[in-house]
Amino acid sequence: MSVLVDRSTRVICQGLTGKQGSFHTEQALAYGTRMVGGVTPGKGGQTHLGLPVLNTVREAVRATGADTSVLYVPAAFCEDSIIEACDAGIRLIVCITEGIPTLDMLQVKAYLERRSCRLIGPNCPGIITPGECKIGIMPGAIHRPGKVGIVSRSGTLTYEAVHQTTEVGVGQSTCIGIGGDPIPGTTFVDVLALFEDDPATEVILMVGEIGGTAEEEAAAYILAHVSKPVVAYIAGVTAPKGKRMGHAGAIIAGGKGTAEEKYAALEAAGVRTIRSPAEMGQAVAEGLGH
Amino acid sequence: MNIHEYQTKQLFAQYGAPVPPGDVALSVDEARAVASRLGGERWVVKAQVHAGGRGKAGGVVLASSLAEVEAAARRLLGSRLVTHQTDEQGQPVNTLLIEQASAIARELYLGAVIDRASRRIVLMASTQGGMDIEQVAQATPELILRTVIDPLVGLQPYQCRELGFALGLDAAQVRQFSSLVQALARMFQERDLSLLEVNPLVVSDGADLVCLDGKVNIDDNALYRQPALRALRDTTQENAKEVRAREFDLSYIALDGNIGCMVNGAGLAMATMDLIKLHGGTPANFLDVGGGTTAERVAEAFKLILSDSRVKGVLVNIFGGIVRCDLIAEGIIAAVGEVGVTVPVVVRLEGTNAELGSQKLRESGLSIISARGLTDAAQKVIAAVGDGA
Repeated sequence: MSVLVDRSTRVICQGLTGKQGSFHTEQALAYGTRMVGGVTPGKGGQTHLGLPVLNTVREAVRATGADTSVLYVPAAFCEDSIIEACDAGIRLIVCITEGIPTLDMLQVKAYLERRSCRLIGPNCPGIITPGECKIGIMPGAIHRPGKVGIVSRSGTLTYEAVHQTTEVGVGQSTCIGIGGDPIPGTTFVDVLALFEDDPATEVILMVGEIGGTAEEEAAAYILAHVSKPVVAYIAGVTAPKGKRMGHAGAIIAGGKGTAEEKYAALEAAGVRTIRSPAEMGQAVAEGLGH
Repeated sequence: MNIHEYQTKQLFAQYGAPVPPGDVALSVDEARAVASRLGGERWVVKAQVHAGGRGKAGGVVLASSLAEVEAAARRLLGSRLVTHQTDEQGQPVNTLLIEQASAIARELYLGAVIDRASRRIVLMASTQGGMDIEQVAQATPELILRTVIDPLVGLQPYQCRELGFALGLDAAQVRQFSSLVQALARMFQERDLSLLEVNPLVVSDGADLVCLDGKVNIDDNALYRQPALRALRDTTQENAKEVRAREFDLSYIALDGNIGCMVNGAGLAMATMDLIKLHGGTPANFLDVGGGTTAERVAEAFKLILSDSRVKGVLVNIFGGIVRCDLIAEGIIAAVGEVGVTVPVVVRLEGTNAELGSQKLRESGLSIISARGLTDAAQKVIAAVGDGA
């Protein structure tokens, strides 16, 4: 078991024939992800990496039976591409792209809220169920099938978490990078609910960072609804106020969104918090009673 | 991205929002000429810097004669203004805004932000204008009125009327307020703002509304489609190293410690800073070299970090994913050779081909300290800096 993606997930790539789309689709195919096609407007009818290329997502869904789409599309075109995927009946949209204007994401979120499709990202590494399905830019080899569900706002810090939980022998059920933007398609709370219901997930690792109140909302949700052990690390204790720390969403604005506030909220909710990013693997193993 | 008050007010004026008569001056002579051209008996001389708290810091001067305008301009131009929002160096004052002084009956607050939790643009208004709105929000949150813009239908006039009447404005003022708020909301969306503030929004003694001060933040992600705003960037108001970093597409923030950090990925970069602090060191910077780390970018990053003379050691923390660690190691070796690094460099490589990468570093003949794991890396760089001090 796992959440959202497994070996039966049928994936198309929007932007397949581009450099990023080609590279990461090759990697996904090598990992065993069931990539079934791609979309590049104007290149319909071609074959790329052995996959059929279609002009529109609607055609691609009809031709391939895809239920999931991954986007390697420039930021300026993401609003359009996400809504196209949603309207074509795609169930899960994974948007890797960084740098989408925030007001575009407000529109996208408002549109998706009225429909039954889920967006992961943008500005994220993607989602992986180890051994079954890899959608995104994460290195597949560091993952092992296992028991911890990982949800994170970061990219390489997620790889760090994966690496450590592999090293201690726990392995991962599913890892979801929800992305570093201020308006993410999927939130900590959404993923916590999925992990709570997933039999394969026995412990949850949450990797947060400064900015916004998503971790505080997660804390409230954990207190009310999550029975599984949760371990949390928050990056940015040393981040100065008012500066955007790489991620568009990682900014302490008006004195709000500090790591300490987030730690306090999570601790009040009974979450095992760790102050060193080197302790993620160990804390997860201990959470399992190892 | 931030812009100056005078630029914000020019934008306000383009959208029909009332601002005081005024103009920009770059010299003492210009300041006098502007004041004289504006006429009247009292003027306000306002230092144009990217920081709040200018009034308390002496950056806003009320002048009752042209001689006083000149004196204020002479004192401010070429100085650095230190406010509670700047560092101890302050921000350089190169530009002044000279305005006719307004006679003020009431001071209000009007603002708009993107509220991340509700995923909406939220408008805020308060009778507590002219104050630090963050303090108002903390001490008396009930004095901040809010209304949410629905992305489907946009701001409705009734929402503005509700706010206006709640602020105690009369019927004529509510009409003015309503068109002002609608204009600014349109500007927020058309100009890709992430924050807009009018503080204070004053009711003049003639009972009209005037935007006495204005501040906007522009969404960096949207600058590609806002060429007119992009051109307003004033790099004299930014940290010189941060400006240089942006040219190389590196994400860099200067801090005040002595351990330089070079990391791939923003989250891991923050975590690395935190780890240094946790083990008793102090980070000199945040630096994300990005996913596609190349030798050239690593070299630029080294130059940037080492241009800070306080840096006594560097920690390189790379989690190689798609990018192989042995290639990154080659980049580091080339960069350290090219830049001529003289401080200790601790490198932690993890992920794809990490062993091969570490081996290349060992065999390079350069004095690079190889670390295994995050904790080991932090302890080694702190020890190295300690020895060098």
